[in-house]
Amino acid sequence: MELLAFGKTGWGDELFYATLMTIAVSITAMLIGFFFALIFTPLKLSKHKLLNLIGNSYTTVIRGVPELLVIYLFFFGGSGAIMFVASMFGYYDYIEINAFITGSFAIGIISGAYSTEVFRGAIQSIDKGQFEAAKALGIKKHIQFYKIILPQMLRLAIPNLSNVWQITLKDTSLISVTGLVEIMRQSYVAAGSTRDPLFFYSFAAVLYLLLTFLSMKLINRLETKYSKGF
Amino acid sequence: MNIFKKTIISVLASLFIIGNVYADKIKIGTEGAYPPWNSKDASGKLIGFEVELAWTLCRYIGQQCEIVEQDWDGMIPALLMRKFDVIMAGMSITDERLKVINFSQGYADEVASLAVMKGSSLEGMNTPEGINLTLGGSSVKKALKTIESALAGKTVCVQTATIHQNFLESGDVGSVNVRTYKTQDEVNLDLASGRCDVALAAAVAFTDYAEKSGKPVVLVGPTFSGGAFGNGVGVGIRKGGSGAIGERDAKLLNDFNKAINLARKNGDISRIATKWFGFDASM
Amino acid sequence: MDFELMINSFPRLLSATIITLKLLSMSLFFGLFIGLFFAVMRMSKNIIINKFAYGYSYVFRGTPLLVQIFIIYFGFGQIEFIRNSILWVILKEPYWCAIIAFALNTGAYTSEILRSAFQTIKKGYIEAGKSLGISSKIIFYKIQIPIAIKQSLPAYGNEIILMLKGTSLASTVTLMDLTGVAKYIISTTFKPIEVFIVAGSIYLFMTFLIHNLIKFLERRYNY
Repeated sequence: MELLAFGKTGWGDELFYATLMTIAVSITAMLIGFFFALIFTPLKLSKHKLLNLIGNSYTTVIRGVPELLVIYLFFFGGSGAIMFVASMFGYYDYIEINAFITGSFAIGIISGAYSTEVFRGAIQSIDKGQFEAAKALGIKKHIQFYKIILPQMLRLAIPNLSNVWQITLKDTSLISVTGLVEIMRQSYVAAGSTRDPLFFYSFAAVLYLLLTFLSMKLINRLETKYSKGF
Repeated sequence: MNIFKKTIISVLASLFIIGNVYADKIKIGTEGAYPPWNSKDASGKLIGFEVELAWTLCRYIGQQCEIVEQDWDGMIPALLMRKFDVIMAGMSITDERLKVINFSQGYADEVASLAVMKGSSLEGMNTPEGINLTLGGSSVKKALKTIESALAGKTVCVQTATIHQNFLESGDVGSVNVRTYKTQDEVNLDLASGRCDVALAAAVAFTDYAEKSGKPVVLVGPTFSGGAFGNGVGVGIRKGGSGAIGERDAKLLNDFNKAINLARKNGDISRIATKWFGFDASM
Repeated sequence: MDFELMINSFPRLLSATIITLKLLSMSLFFGLFIGLFFAVMRMSKNIIINKFAYGYSYVFRGTPLLVQIFIIYFGFGQIEFIRNSILWVILKEPYWCAIIAFALNTGAYTSEILRSAFQTIKKGYIEAGKSLGISSKIIFYKIQIPIAIKQSLPAYGNEIILMLKGTSLASTVTLMDLTGVAKYIISTTFKPIEVFIVAGSIYLFMTFLIHNLIKFLERRYNY
């Protein structure tokens, strides 16, 4: 147990902060994913051929390539791409993005592809009659979206979004390449330094289980709250 | 709606433009998993020969430094992508690497060696104490032949993208069954577990491991230097390009060369090397 | 962009794909048995058996695959007792460690897919079989399993794709699969983007094939 001591001798405090980091990256990535989903869900549902193709390419490519490769590509290519965009605006200096943002974005892109699929499915399962009813009542299109579609979509999406959350949480274990010290990287360092991989990787597994367990409890509570009144 | 748009734009702006471009800090990339060169202690702090040397060199250069962790297999790509400014990670100066990056003058040298667990059939290999591949000669050739037959059919483990891997794949010791690992720590673990019959790395990496873990790891065969093993360990720096960024890289190379000269003259490198290696590995 | 490197690395990456496919098929093969075994346990009325199967799937679905593979490869490799046992013949090899981790992982997901498929089978089918005097063993093999397979095809197709992506982690335990060779090429050329784009495209193409194969099977079994 002295391996887990807090302070200078053990890895307890390091693993504690690493766990907080995992939570922070997961939440940020999930939110970034929502942002991507808000852009790409309408594209996927669009009848316009080109927009539809863009939407479909995003979800197909991201969900068809190993997460590890997506993260590597984003890590090595991300700042290059941003600098390229900046150079189009006449900005040629080096732009630095910190490890937290790089990691969150890498996972966020992946998370977003899954969220997009969930939102798409949820919208498609809303009864068509409601769109028509809203139209017949003369409700404007964006009000229709915010007041009628969105609330229903969220309720339908929550169970599947909890799956996306689990995927996102577990994918953070792959971002050690960005140098961000989350649970997996800290365990890796501790295992290397103490030469006790069995203990530290098992402990990492326990931490992840604890996080999934607690977050599922929380999501279930949200679910019962939002399904009231229907 | 307007407020909504504004918020999104300001959030995006704050996300992307992070870190002051070209702060006066020099960012130094290191691995943190290659003791005694560089590693981490139980409080998560980076320690080791190069970490201490880096602070010393920065003092001579007169600039603030920040040490950045980077996995070994992405070290050179990350330097090229400007994740940091220089590499100090036990990286030997080799022709292959010189094609893509610059190196300062060497600051330390290490000999490589094969290692096995006590009781292995490879113990007591009949070779000279050390061979220099650059010098060559009949005794070197004879030693390589001996090693070639000793390694035949064995699983030889090395850290990926190292001079040690290059040597094993150079054909100097025939065709070897090489298994590559992400870190030297992993190589050590699998040598001790028996998954590896024999491993190749810096001799100090094995002696350090044997001492700290208490595992019966023993060095066998000659120590290697020259040829594929490069010309000592130096500071890796981007090749200077054009414009302000390129000028800064060229200046870094100059600064580090000067700082290494000073540190050598004042005996700093010898002192730090002796502290971490147990002998003077400076050059 | 170094297009020459992309073209040159393609054949090497393609030959590494064979190892990726081997890992995938072996894992799916063993994972299917593990999944079926635990799905049946989940339907047991014995609470201990039921909870055990639930715990298995909870642990393997609730932790990252990378942690699982590290525990099996680096963790178990440290236990003297395992090293001295017959198990070491298998656990000594990175190839088998990877397959064990993948099979246990996909087995957990498969057990959930099969369980929900079994549970949605209409009671009427089973009762109809019983009233015809067919033994419950034959009902299970000849009625329940085929229907369950048909119902679980779409979800299982997704699982195959997830597993294909998961095999990329074999490179973390020294295997030279598609990702492993991609990393190897990068370690000598220092050009990650080009090589990963080629490797990513190969993965994407395989996903595409699997996706369409499942679609085809779905249509065939849609009586």
